[in-house]
Amino acid sequence: MAIEVRIPTILRPHTGGEKAVEGEGATLDELFADLDVRHPGLRARVVEEKGGTNQLRRFVNVYLDDEDVRFLGGLSTPVADGATVTILPAVAGGAGGVAGG
Amino acid sequence: MLTLDRHTYEAIVTHARRDHPDEACGIVAGSVGSDRPQRFVPMANAERSPTFYRFDPREQLALWREMDDRDEEPVVIYHSHTATEAYPSRTDVKYAAEPGAHYVLVSTRDPQEVEFRSYRITEGVVAEEEVQVVSALP
Repeated sequence: MAIEVRIPTILRPHTGGEKAVEGEGATLDELFADLDVRHPGLRARVVEEKGGTNQLRRFVNVYLDDEDVRFLGGLSTPVADGATVTILPAVAGGAGGVAGG
Repeated sequence: MLTLDRHTYEAIVTHARRDHPDEACGIVAGSVGSDRPQRFVPMANAERSPTFYRFDPREQLALWREMDDRDEEPVVIYHSHTATEAYPSRTDVKYAAEPGAHYVLVSTRDPQEVEFRSYRITEGVVAEEEVQVVSALP
């Protein structure tokens, strides 16, 4: 059961420069745990633990094929052989604050 | 140094003025490794806010795939500040995730004068760079 995971430039130091890696798992959560075995540190850039549960980091977008997994099941999203998972850090920012941010 | 052509420069400024008082955002794509900002791509600010911007995740996926197909990368990532200076905020630095890009900040706080500045942001460090506007890219 192989799932292709496409890695954004900023995370490629965790994959030895590879722009795509393969992993296994029945859900995204399992898939990231599997990837972390061969690519230490990758999972921590995408997943954080809050209050005892794992969740996707807020400003990292993860897609299953064409869908944003926030609209599927987040980390619980089931993944199937042949699927492609894409990680893209959000393009975001802004002056912030109320004024003079 | 950031070198861009006048047409692209004006397109960025026009976009920032048009979306004021919300922050405007977008990229200029260019061939991978070329450092040439060739293709202006304005994006919608999914936050629609005067103090924050974010690309819509689905639009971002479509754009990143398109660039991949065309062997391009985001050479410039721009956004505007509508009431503050054209300098990267803490939030801008925190979320800068394209170490090879020129981060362009435009300020529309003054209706008469535009501020247009460019930076490299790598590993949390901001380095301002000169902006050179030319009639056509060499």
